[in-house]
Amino acid sequence: MRTRWQRIKDSAFLYHFLRDPVAYVSFAILMVLTISAFAAPLIAPHNPYDPTTIDIMDAELPPAWTDEGSRTFVLGTDEMGRDMLSTMLYGMRISIIIGLGAVFLQAFLGIVIGLLSGYIRRLDNILMRIADVQLSFSTYMIAIFIGAIFQTAFGVANYEKIAAPLLILIIGLAEWPQYARTVRASVLAERKKEYVEAARVIGLSKLRIMGRHILPNTLSPVLVISTVQVANAIMSEAALSFLGLGMPLTKPSLGSLITAGFEYIFSGSWWITILPGILLVLLILVINLLGDWVRDYLNPKLYKG
Amino acid sequence: MTAINANTSPDGSDVLVSIRDLVKHFDISGSWIEQLKLQDGRLQRKKTVVQAVNGISIDIREGETVSVVGESGCGKSTLARTVMGLYPPESGAVFYREKRIDHLSEAQLKPYRTRMQMVFQDPYASLNPRMVVGETLREPIRFHQPAIGSRELKTKVATVMEQVGIDPDWQNRYPHEFSGGQRQRISIARALAVDPKFIVADEPIAALDVSIQAQILNLMMDLQEQRNLTYLFISHDLSVVEHISDRVAVMYLGALCELASAENLFASPRHPYTQALLSAIPRLGRPFSHKKLSGDIPSPIRLPSGCVFHTRCPYVRERCRQEVPTLISLPDNSRVACHGVEEKWVPN
Amino acid sequence: MGKLLSIEHLNVDFAMRTETLRAVDNVSLAVHRGERLGLVGESGAGKSVLGFSIINLISKPGYIDSGRVVFQGQDISTYNDEQMRTIRGNRISMIFQDPMMTLNPVLTIGAQMKETLLAHASISDAEATAICLEKLRKVYISSPGKRLTQFPHEFSGGMRQRIVIAISLLTNPALIIADEPTTALDVTIQAEIMDLLLELCESDRMGLLLITHDLAVVSQVTQRIAVMYAGTIVELGPTGDIINRPQHPYTRGLLGALPQKAGDSRRLNQIPGVMPGLAKIPPGCPFNDRCNMAGDICHEKRPPLIVKQSGNQVACHMVD
Ligand SMILES: Nc1ncnc2c1ncn2[C@@H]1O[C@H](COP(=O)(O)OP(=O)(O)OP(=O)(O)O)[C@@H](O)[C@H]1O
Ligand SMILES: Nc1ncnc2c1ncn2[C@@H]1O[C@H](COP(=O)(O)OP(=O)(O)OP(=O)(O)O)[C@@H](O)[C@H]1O
Ligand code: SF4
Ligand SMILES: [Mg+2]
Ligand SMILES: [Mg+2]
Repeated sequence: MRTRWQRIKDSAFLYHFLRDPVAYVSFAILMVLTISAFAAPLIAPHNPYDPTTIDIMDAELPPAWTDEGSRTFVLGTDEMGRDMLSTMLYGMRISIIIGLGAVFLQAFLGIVIGLLSGYIRRLDNILMRIADVQLSFSTYMIAIFIGAIFQTAFGVANYEKIAAPLLILIIGLAEWPQYARTVRASVLAERKKEYVEAARVIGLSKLRIMGRHILPNTLSPVLVISTVQVANAIMSEAALSFLGLGMPLTKPSLGSLITAGFEYIFSGSWWITILPGILLVLLILVINLLGDWVRDYLNPKLYKG
Repeated sequence: MTAINANTSPDGSDVLVSIRDLVKHFDISGSWIEQLKLQDGRLQRKKTVVQAVNGISIDIREGETVSVVGESGCGKSTLARTVMGLYPPESGAVFYREKRIDHLSEAQLKPYRTRMQMVFQDPYASLNPRMVVGETLREPIRFHQPAIGSRELKTKVATVMEQVGIDPDWQNRYPHEFSGGQRQRISIARALAVDPKFIVADEPIAALDVSIQAQILNLMMDLQEQRNLTYLFISHDLSVVEHISDRVAVMYLGALCELASAENLFASPRHPYTQALLSAIPRLGRPFSHKKLSGDIPSPIRLPSGCVFHTRCPYVRERCRQEVPTLISLPDNSRVACHGVEEKWVPN
Repeated sequence: MGKLLSIEHLNVDFAMRTETLRAVDNVSLAVHRGERLGLVGESGAGKSVLGFSIINLISKPGYIDSGRVVFQGQDISTYNDEQMRTIRGNRISMIFQDPMMTLNPVLTIGAQMKETLLAHASISDAEATAICLEKLRKVYISSPGKRLTQFPHEFSGGMRQRIVIAISLLTNPALIIADEPTTALDVTIQAEIMDLLLELCESDRMGLLLITHDLAVVSQVTQRIAVMYAGTIVELGPTGDIINRPQHPYTRGLLGALPQKAGDSRRLNQIPGVMPGLAKIPPGCPFNDRCNMAGDICHEKRPPLIVKQSGNQVACHMVD
């Protein structure tokens, strides 16, 4: 009996992965970014959330390699005097958490609805029409709507505390139809296969057939869109923050950092907005490259090329 | 000929499964917008219905093998799936030992699921690709005997695997690690796991190589002997059907043309369609001598009037175009649905 | 009878990621003018690869490693694409299992037939139409004039395959390679198509290489049969001899496994095991692990395909 590790080592997945520089370089960068984001409290030189460590006198210091730069702030400081590097790491952590959280919510809703709609034909019409309606609202409309309600309900001060879960909820609600459609399409393909009929002949309940037989076989397209959806969710969050509907400045995400710095770009403090911008683009880029690779790998017709 | 009534249960006590006047149609017209058609200047709603199975009756006796043959699309698989309760029939009935089972709910059907099982055609689609074969075999047993101990479950799975000739040590492998023939064995093992009496096999060897076909057929015949199984065997390979069946049902466009013992059917086919079908079987080293049929099979969406075979039948007469022939019993117990046979204008 | 096509010591390899696999192993085979040759074997034996390699159509990781394909006196295995086009679809036509591999679903069959014709000959449109009609009549398509304006999906499977045959006849080829032309069809339609192929080959003295796994079908259509196993030809001889007096244990096993040969016993004679995949072909005779006659030498030396006492060419150490 081969061990699991040997199986992984022999797998075609690893083989193709290690032979595609785009794949492993993207993966390496993504890993470095993610780990440093989540390890931010440990590795960041400063704590941007702790007002006692911030000195307004340090505001708008340029990065260390410029003439006026200071050694203590490698990438300079922002308008409040927070260390850019630390703020960006913490901000990236928030961006990634919101991205992943939103995608989990999307995937959960989408998979459940897609499975029901694909396997129980009576529900199909109604569920897919709901999805259509959902898609016809843009993420921003939902965000403005829900955001406005919550800001008035809880007050702007408390909004800060619930901002992250709220954004997860908004982005998650806005984009589940992508998942529902993908899952439904593969359920429709799978349900015709004979192993599903065999499960019915055994007498298994609908729920069990959906969960144990059909679901595992619909997961590869879900995996493919998930990577893209994480990137999209991070972008949505950044865009919402840019519009002032996202994370507050006291707990900035990459998006709110870019927005905040944008005002200072003309006064010469370009780094406050450009540096988080580059980080955001890099993050989105590697996720998308990796997603493309996974898609090509799982679609052998394209891959053979 | 006695009229078959869908509401009376079969009388023969050795009849295990009885199919009575079974009708199965598929509505393929889609949503109601797609059903709208402009006709005679008016908008009308029209349904498109595939008449896949139209009034088929077969009594299957315990321990025998009844085969169903016929061209592609004639409704063999639909018949099999309707008997298994995978499709609800439009009308007609299915009996298991005098109990009517076609209208039961899933929960009421549960005890019959252990009695009736199915083996499918495509060895590459009939096993869940994400499940190790051991789990594929454990699942039905656990489902029907939730109280079973883990040791007993293990020996049971090992026993069926051995019975079908798969090494029990391979339980933790995925289906893609097996050859087509081995997968078909595993499919058979899954059907056997719940100790059924009756197995529907829908073209179980069609996707396999000649040298593997013999292995699977031998396995099925051995199992039949060991466990006194009853088979409804669907195939388009007539030489295989001739070899393994006790009785053969010939289908054409959803209708039963002829039902006879394998010996009688292959020695003296009565129905003009059976005659044409049998003459087309390629025989080793014998030159072609098939009866040519003119024309193509009509669509099951618009069935021909009268005898469904009349558009291609070489012996067609006016009565065939008007009147649907019913099954008549011949002296040798064969049953044929043909006016020409009844009135003796079709030679045999 | 002169040789129309002669395949000489052909090796076809597939370059896989970890190793190179040999799908066609040292195959020599000839089709004479006007001869119908059957190539039988089970799935994966290399029949299609051999068929494709004749007209240099092997797909990507595959390539002809060595050997020659001589067609009408010329080695066509070295032809480039340009040269091959004068042969493929012209002097040699191919018919596949799925007619839709040949037919374009969005063009009428008239357009497709004329396209084929005009690619190989400079004739007027009216002449082309006349030839199309003639060929459609030849394959017994009724009212061919109307058919020319119809699309492939308007035909049944059997009619599509007949149209494909009509297309393959357009250029009056000297050789037709038919790869499982009736596997997807019903027996009644299969009988019609085979009848048709037989008739056409006889009337036009065309060569036919009929690839199939159905021994009964080849036995009715062909004059000689080549039996393929794991990339090699294991037996080659006149149809009657192969069917009635098979020599190679594999051919015997295949024929014996047919229900007709079971006699009174209910059990069929079966060959144990399965054909090995390309990566697992045993050394020596490729059939040695399933053979009931195998001796020590079978595990050591690859048996050559040579003429034996019976007159058939057999690749087996144990057959005299
Ligand atoms: N789920 C379905 N929905 C709509 N039409 C169907 C469905 N299943 C089968 N049909 C139609 O019913 C007819 C009978 O199909 P069926 O699969 O029973 O034929 P078959 O005899 O098993 O053919 P084959 O030998 O090709 O398996 C066909 O015309 C088919 O297109
Ligand atoms: N593109 C390919 N890449 C890798 N291996 C291939 C490729 N095409 C064919 N092969 C291998 O070559 C061998 C011969 O295949 P081939 O298609 O010739 O079999 P065949 O005898 O025609 O079988 P069938 O009856 O299934 O058509 C097989 O083992 C197959 O796996
Ligand atoms: S009833 Fe008439 S048309 Fe039908 S099979 Fe008999 S003779 Fe032919
Ligand atoms: Mg079928
Ligand atoms: Mg092939």
